[in-house]
Amino acid sequence: MPVLDVEKDLDRTTMTVVAEFAAPVERVWALYADPRQLERHWGPPGWPATFLEHDLVPGGASHYVMSGPDGERSHGVWRVLAVDEPRSFVLEDAFADERGVADEQMGWTRMAATFTATADGTRLVFVTTFRSVEQLQQMLDMGMEEGVKLAMAQIDGLLAEDGAAV
Amino acid sequence: MVVDVEPSQAEIDRIFHALADATRRDILARVIEREQSVSALARSYAMSLPAVQKHVGVLEAAGLVGKRRSGREQRVHAEPERIRIARELLDRFEVLWRARIATMARLLAEDPTARRE
Repeated sequence: MPVLDVEKDLDRTTMTVVAEFAAPVERVWALYADPRQLERHWGPPGWPATFLEHDLVPGGASHYVMSGPDGERSHGVWRVLAVDEPRSFVLEDAFADERGVADEQMGWTRMAATFTATADGTRLVFVTTFRSVEQLQQMLDMGMEEGVKLAMAQIDGLLAEDGAAV
Repeated sequence: MVVDVEPSQAEIDRIFHALADATRRDILARVIEREQSVSALARSYAMSLPAVQKHVGVLEAAGLVGKRRSGREQRVHAEPERIRIARELLDRFEVLWRARIATMARLLAEDPTARRE
């Protein structure tokens, strides 16, 4: 499994994920820069995402829609704050309506990604900072229960594949 | 990591509210170690006994600690089941992220030239 470390800091409502991929930095960067690749991993399992708009440049914006297992649709938007291709980006994510207008009441979640070349590939450090514990909790309540179950099944499947490959 | 005891929305609110304060997290850490009286807890902080009692009350309302009377003392103990639930709520985010990273690794393993044909 490429995940090296996951740290959850309840105090600052921050989650840091450290992962390593056996691919060059530019290739991992493209998973975020190219909307067709991004939408294949951004939505939680069971909630595939489609990016209607995507521009990973400073001041850029994205608008995506995720489709849930019962046909429900959940829109999200990004506002891109900083980009240092292919080393880092900082953006904010929020739930939105179908026109891409952010749900300001729920607020923006900050996401900072750093890509570093290693001997074997690329290390990704992805820091998600929630505005408050209430926001974190609201996001947990956004019908993600099914996604979590599917995620666990998917991880089990991948672990089985890894076992077969090694 | 499966949450088998599903807390209500109001319960989740209380758990996160209770854990959002550094003093309350510290009180919880102390009583997880061993049960102790409210007055013993109060001696550990630069705040009044009523202020500490109030923090204990918030933790109690969230179900994270329980109180019992022992002689003239109010003794506070941890409720490990509720602490487990709070932890599992955070673990859900971790599960989603682990799945996302696994999907990214699988995309990277695909042959990009083969995919374009």
